[in-house]
Amino acid sequence: MKLLTVSGSPHIHGGLSVEKVMWLVVAAMAPAMLASFYFFGMGAIKVTLAAVLSAVLFEYLITKFIMKQKSQLGDGSAVITGILLAFNVPSTLPIWMIVLGSLMAIGVAKMSFGGLGKNPFNPAIVGRVFLLISFPVQMTSYPIIEKVFPMQDAISGATPLGIVKEGLKKGDSVSSLMDQIPSFTDMFLGMNGGSMGEVSAFLLLLGGLFLIFKKIITWHIPVSFLASILIFSGIFWLINPEVYVNPLFHLVTGGVMLGAFFMATDMVTSPMTGKGQLIFGAGIGILTIIIRVWGAYPEGVSFAILLMNAVVPHLNNAFKPKRFGKEMKNV
Amino acid sequence: MGLLTFNIGGIHPPENKLSAGMAIKNIEIPKQVVIPMNQNLGAPSQPIVKRGDMVKVGQLIAEAKGFIAAKIHSPVSGKVFKIEPRIDSTGFRKESIIINVEGDEWAEGIDSSDTLIKDITLDAFQITEKIKECGIVGLGGATFPSHVKYIVPEGKNPEYLIINAVECEPYLTSDHQLMMEKGEEIIVGIRIMMKALGAKKTIIGIENNKTDAIAHLSKLAEQDSNIEVKALKVQYPQGGEKQLIDALLGRQIQSGKLPLTVGCVVNNVGTTFAIYEAIQKNKPLFERIVTVTGYPVQNPSNYRVRIGIPIANLLQEANCDMDATGKVINGGPMMGKSIPSIDASVTKGTSGVLAIRNEESKRHEVKNCIRCGKCTTVCPMGLEPHLLSIIARMGENEKCEQELIMDCIECGSCVYTCPSSRPLLDNIRLGKSNVSFMIRQRSVK
Amino acid sequence: MDGSVLNAILVMSSIGVGAAIILFFVAQKFKVIEDPKIDLVDEALPGANCGGCGYAGCRAFAEGMVKAETMDGFFCPVGGNDLMKSLAPLLGVEAVEKKPQIAVLRCNGSIKNSIPKFDYDGDSTCSFTTNLSAGVGGCQYGCLGGGECVDACDFDAMYMDPETNLPVVKINCVACNACVEACPRDILELRDRGPKEKRIFVSCINEEKGPLAKANCTVACIGCKACVKACKFDAIDFDNFLAYIKYDVCTLCRKCVEVCPTDAIHELNFKPRKPKADKPKVAKPKVEKSAADKPKEEKEESKTEEKVADNKEKSEKTASDVKVESTNNDKN
Ligand code: SF4
Ligand code: SF4
Repeated sequence: MKLLTVSGSPHIHGGLSVEKVMWLVVAAMAPAMLASFYFFGMGAIKVTLAAVLSAVLFEYLITKFIMKQKSQLGDGSAVITGILLAFNVPSTLPIWMIVLGSLMAIGVAKMSFGGLGKNPFNPAIVGRVFLLISFPVQMTSYPIIEKVFPMQDAISGATPLGIVKEGLKKGDSVSSLMDQIPSFTDMFLGMNGGSMGEVSAFLLLLGGLFLIFKKIITWHIPVSFLASILIFSGIFWLINPEVYVNPLFHLVTGGVMLGAFFMATDMVTSPMTGKGQLIFGAGIGILTIIIRVWGAYPEGVSFAILLMNAVVPHLNNAFKPKRFGKEMKNV
Repeated sequence: MGLLTFNIGGIHPPENKLSAGMAIKNIEIPKQVVIPMNQNLGAPSQPIVKRGDMVKVGQLIAEAKGFIAAKIHSPVSGKVFKIEPRIDSTGFRKESIIINVEGDEWAEGIDSSDTLIKDITLDAFQITEKIKECGIVGLGGATFPSHVKYIVPEGKNPEYLIINAVECEPYLTSDHQLMMEKGEEIIVGIRIMMKALGAKKTIIGIENNKTDAIAHLSKLAEQDSNIEVKALKVQYPQGGEKQLIDALLGRQIQSGKLPLTVGCVVNNVGTTFAIYEAIQKNKPLFERIVTVTGYPVQNPSNYRVRIGIPIANLLQEANCDMDATGKVINGGPMMGKSIPSIDASVTKGTSGVLAIRNEESKRHEVKNCIRCGKCTTVCPMGLEPHLLSIIARMGENEKCEQELIMDCIECGSCVYTCPSSRPLLDNIRLGKSNVSFMIRQRSVK
Repeated sequence: MDGSVLNAILVMSSIGVGAAIILFFVAQKFKVIEDPKIDLVDEALPGANCGGCGYAGCRAFAEGMVKAETMDGFFCPVGGNDLMKSLAPLLGVEAVEKKPQIAVLRCNGSIKNSIPKFDYDGDSTCSFTTNLSAGVGGCQYGCLGGGECVDACDFDAMYMDPETNLPVVKINCVACNACVEACPRDILELRDRGPKEKRIFVSCINEEKGPLAKANCTVACIGCKACVKACKFDAIDFDNFLAYIKYDVCTLCRKCVEVCPTDAIHELNFKPRKPKADKPKVAKPKVEKSAADKPKEEKEESKTEEKVADNKEKSEKTASDVKVESTNNDKN
């Protein structure tokens, strides 16, 4: 007779799996990725491919030969790391550098902690920061988008954030600088020089909303992140609009959208509870503005996320979920 | 206005109420029944019959031992064949009374007719005694001896009697069908219980997927100003005692406390009907309504089943394709227990028999925790299953206790949701048993 | 090199020196005066920190022993008698000898002997499965095969045998007791190693009546008492349908092994018997003839427990075994 299966309850499962989560994230990033191909041309495609393939390859080799475990490639997390890393670099980056970056991301930031789920820092950001520190020149010379011939290889130049930062350092007023950069709407839609993933805030927002709709991520981190950027930079702007930039500018430039929806929300490296996530998001927002306004780099999202990653265990300890029966209404 | 529901967590598993609306059928009594002695929470009962004794339907065959314990009555008439350990639904061998069936002769004094008796002649104390005499236990699945709930300690006054007619477990429909067929009896049962408790008000909580039952009971309870039927949002675990009180009254029971601390006593509809039968018909608890369902089952239905009938007979009656069945569950899919052998018999706690298809009977592959926090979000008790699971596994019992592991109601929402299919509840159960052992040791010292 | 670097070096080193001075005084002030013997003993101990001595670690053990000023009740199973003897002069007391022991698995319910009755799927730690179900073989006393004992072993002295799904204790076991404590079903036991590693023990702890035990596992102790009768030295305890051989009384005469109808008594590291003695199978059918109510027994079983009957059929190959089972039940 056939044997019956015995196991502890529950006996049904909701059907959500790690693979599903990861591939949905990939799907959500796809529009922005295609946009970056469109704007940056072959360079973008090459860099993205190199990043993804090398991330997958490194993960495979490490699980197979160093950790000697069953490969978990199917879960797609290496693909995400690859895409995110590609999103975070200029499309003109030499291929060997991006490969080095993904080795850093997968090998050091992820696998050395024990693989998916064990890493304290977002691997893609570690990879990016590593590249940024090691190759500052290549990492910060961004192609400028030619509106007319987007498929041409672009000329390199600074991002709007870089332009503003440099300008402010020289003592130019904000209003004069604003003329040198595209309009907010243009930037929001994607006419924005920069890393591949910084290109279209709009498409990133779309992907992010898709993820929230699909219940893969919750609203807490993006909302508190964006809100804190708005509020914090808004305060400065109100104090002196000639020295500090319009908060909307902060919102649509750089990696804010990418960070808010795809990098800060990385499940592994963000807090577990809603309250913790709110604090986490707000912390990233404030740190980002601090770095952008006072720091040496024009862009601060990745550093901010990395710093906040480090406090996640504490946030998890400090913000426990609301326990049942804690605030009993007395009869 | 949104429907009432509890405030923390919760999930929406597919309802799969395959047997909804199927009239309750009787099931044929086999030649031999096996009645395990541990049918209730607490101490197992003690057989008082011997091999060779003749018993009648409804005759007491096992005494309660201890305070939290219940009596067991014979579900059939015939000859006691043997008293020996037999495999029960958990796979362990438990002391059981085996009776060879001869005819269907009922013990004296039991009213086996269907007539509705409305007048309640017994007083509160007599009612409680009668409940105890008739061996009634909670029929929702927890099998807590019912009379214990009605012994209200000095100084506590139960304001509300809450009837749990939620049936939030997917697949199960026995309570639903019972409400449709025995609505009037249930209302009488409620009056009996209110009398026993001295409760001022009764609320019947029904999930909104049973609109017919809501309408039916509301109509029947029209004259009773103190009985109210409330529709609840379809959400699991709406039928958890604590969640139900929270949903209906907005009162949350504190960790480790009983419903009485918020002025409530909760009873299942099935139990209410059993109490009606016990008080008005003098009928002890020896049969119950069981849903036999699942996709391999050709005719999913609700049956009135005598206790002690092998689960195999039920599955056969409902035409279950055993080749397609990979798992048989005693109860619902979320909290029921999978049984190792279908030879085990139906007990007082069997609310359903669910056959699961082969392809769904295995768990998914376990992956690393991706720290997504979904388990924390859905936990109706506001716990952190991912954390509890890890520390329970490491044996950090003190920390488990601090993190309120004992609050876990084992609803399984966390495991249901986890994308990594982690065995969270398995580990939490292990932790719970370790922690309760630790607490017991402490009180010994 | 300009002045600023020099400055920095100077500042840093002065802070360092300052902190060192403070630390020195603090250390002086809070110095704990310990018996130097503790250090000596601690050094001599194996340093495995396994807890086999009943203390939190080697250091704690050394402290306890030095403070107690006796070696009575103190024993390091890892170092064994040799170590304890070498410690004796350090403490100036007599060493207490203890016979070397080894962990013994008292279950033989391998996949073959105790055929799986269901398929288990889920967390496979023994301490969890023991509450959830009786075990795949159906025996509620037997080994669950989860390997919690193996995980508990710090000395690499155990492994799971994939063929039987039972743990195996290797000869390098130091009798630290970790596995014994880890097992939720108390199947493992520390027993004397015996001369030249010769051991005899009942490899079963099932306390059910014969037919029930046998229904789940072909090599269970069925409580027939044959061994108790065969033992001339009164070395076998019998309780709850289960025989237990007291290793301190047992003379390793091997009489019981021969009479056990289910081969539940194991002998280890003995020389193979002379072919003449190897005839317990002949002895068994003899007993069988006295079996009276065997058919009845079988009927009952098959009626309610199909699967049990199934298993029986499979084990029918050794027909004599099945028959003997009912015989022994008779004796009970
Ligand atoms: S099983 Fe326990 S921990 Fe998991 S969701 Fe339910 S109450 Fe929370
Ligand atoms: S739901 Fe699963 S993967 Fe997510 S945090 Fe909980 S245990 Fe980890």
